[in-house]
Amino acid sequence: MPKHELILLKNMMQPGYTGSLTDYEKTGGYQALRNTLGKIAPPDVTAMVRKSGLRGRGGAGFPTGVKWGFLPKDYQGPRYLCCNADESEPGTFKDRQLMERDPHQVLEGIVLACYAIGAETAYIYIRGEMVLGSKILEYAIGEARVAGYIGQNILGTGVNVDVWVHRGAGAYICGEETALLESLEGKRGLPRIKPPFPATHGLYNKPTVVNNVETLANLPHIVNKGPEWFASIGSPPKSTGTRVFCVSGHVKRPGNYEVPMGMTVRELVYEHAGGMRSDKPMKAFIPGGASAPFLTPAHLDVKLDFEHVAAAGSMLGSGGVTVMEEGTSMVWAALRLMEFFYHESCGKCSPCREGSSWLVQTLRRILAKRGRMEDLETLSDLCKNIAGRTVCAFGDAAVAPIQSTLKHWRQEYVDLINEAEAANLIMPGQVGIGR
Amino acid sequence: MLKDKYGKEIDEILSRYPVKRSALIPLLYIAQRDHGYVTESAMQEIAHLIRLTPPQVYETITFYTMFNLKPTGKFHMQVCKSLMCALVGSDTVIEWIKMKLGIAPGESTADGLFSLSVVECLAACGTGPMMQINDDYYEQLTEDKLDRILADLRSTGTSPLKSGPFMWPEPVPSGRGA
Repeated sequence: MPKHELILLKNMMQPGYTGSLTDYEKTGGYQALRNTLGKIAPPDVTAMVRKSGLRGRGGAGFPTGVKWGFLPKDYQGPRYLCCNADESEPGTFKDRQLMERDPHQVLEGIVLACYAIGAETAYIYIRGEMVLGSKILEYAIGEARVAGYIGQNILGTGVNVDVWVHRGAGAYICGEETALLESLEGKRGLPRIKPPFPATHGLYNKPTVVNNVETLANLPHIVNKGPEWFASIGSPPKSTGTRVFCVSGHVKRPGNYEVPMGMTVRELVYEHAGGMRSDKPMKAFIPGGASAPFLTPAHLDVKLDFEHVAAAGSMLGSGGVTVMEEGTSMVWAALRLMEFFYHESCGKCSPCREGSSWLVQTLRRILAKRGRMEDLETLSDLCKNIAGRTVCAFGDAAVAPIQSTLKHWRQEYVDLINEAEAANLIMPGQVGIGR
Repeated sequence: MLKDKYGKEIDEILSRYPVKRSALIPLLYIAQRDHGYVTESAMQEIAHLIRLTPPQVYETITFYTMFNLKPTGKFHMQVCKSLMCALVGSDTVIEWIKMKLGIAPGESTADGLFSLSVVECLAACGTGPMMQINDDYYEQLTEDKLDRILADLRSTGTSPLKSGPFMWPEPVPSGRGA
């Protein structure tokens, strides 16, 4: 068994665990709910979560308790909780496992969060493709309703929480919290300009909290074992708890590994994921999903927590670790990710909408050995004019693959361009991007 | 009319939201399930049901990739081509399907059985290369597995090779380290 304690994957690692209500209750499931509802005041639950140091597991890493604290205290109307299950960040596949294998753990977290923020309605916004996941959740909600954990007057405490599954329909941007709200309102998923923030003007313009699946799944454990226990795990004080890292790419054993935050990339990749799949050494890795800049084997001893990954020039993001072996073309890799961002740009802001298309065309040209040296300048220039100039963080994410590969593997771009020039493939008189 | 056929389900969906427009995507899913794609008359009916104008429905439906506005094959194969799947061979999968079925992405076979699309990340990066066929995921694809899936779909309309509740790596029996 792993040397460290598992929190989120503990139940499902037991042989024969099905994720049914009976199985979940046998492992102490819904005890946190019993011990909290009507026994601990909602502000104290928020205080507990703040003390635990729990930070959002979706990508941005915002402290959960602080986010809850932004809700207006004296507001009398309805409030909403949205569980962000729109897992779409390339390299990330943890929420799918948490929902399909242990749905009640997520549901208990949802009801606890609703209680803390005073919401009577929660929507689970699950990505449309995960049909099986949505069915499993709906079944689990039915079980929990019959058992009195969800619905009116939960466990006789007078607390009401209704939970609904709402399927998205195939748009990456709906994982951005304000785009998610727009989508949930039945509109195109275009991010909103902030402020105002969802805490005051969220779903239907009401105070709203949007939390990731993994974030919510941690809540029952924080309540059961105390914030001090949670805060002692991982890399305190700023990165507490475990992360379910999703390892993909050229490793022997890709998959989900729950480890304390602060573990080095080396240990995660070489001990947990079995190391490289062949005798080719590692060439590059992405530490936190497609939005996180590429890093090199020189960064193998970087600790996987929010601060250390940021200091190394990338971000912990969603915890999707993708590993590439020697022989992978980094220009090709950057193009593949860029094509993703081009396809998924919602089109609201011109720098991102037009720039992502321009970047894809320029990269395709370089890869097809028809590039020119000035293209490198064009790439950097475009990246600078997209990042920070858009309504949401998508713009910053979209340029990460290009900026980081240009930084670490510039020579690969130069070599492709030199080959183009040597072969004299550039036709005179052809200028601009359509060449 | 959808309302005649799915009245109860539609009412149940509408009851979940304080604002009717929120039911738009769920109702479009009903229309797509009913017909294989979302027809113009379905869009008009849904607009009427939730008091939107038909353009409001159309502007929303065109934002989302999962709605088909024209007929597709009985089995809509969507192969992921994003970087994580590409690293482990999704391009080979696409070529194999193209060769086996004689269709390019965006096309359907003449018998109307299969359509092929090449799509972006479906959140199964650790078990790539992978594809989605209608509602089901198929992961860790190989050429042999693809052949079996195609044969299964042709003969029985479903395949036991589809993914169940996801967990990877699978838990190991106790006693052997994880």
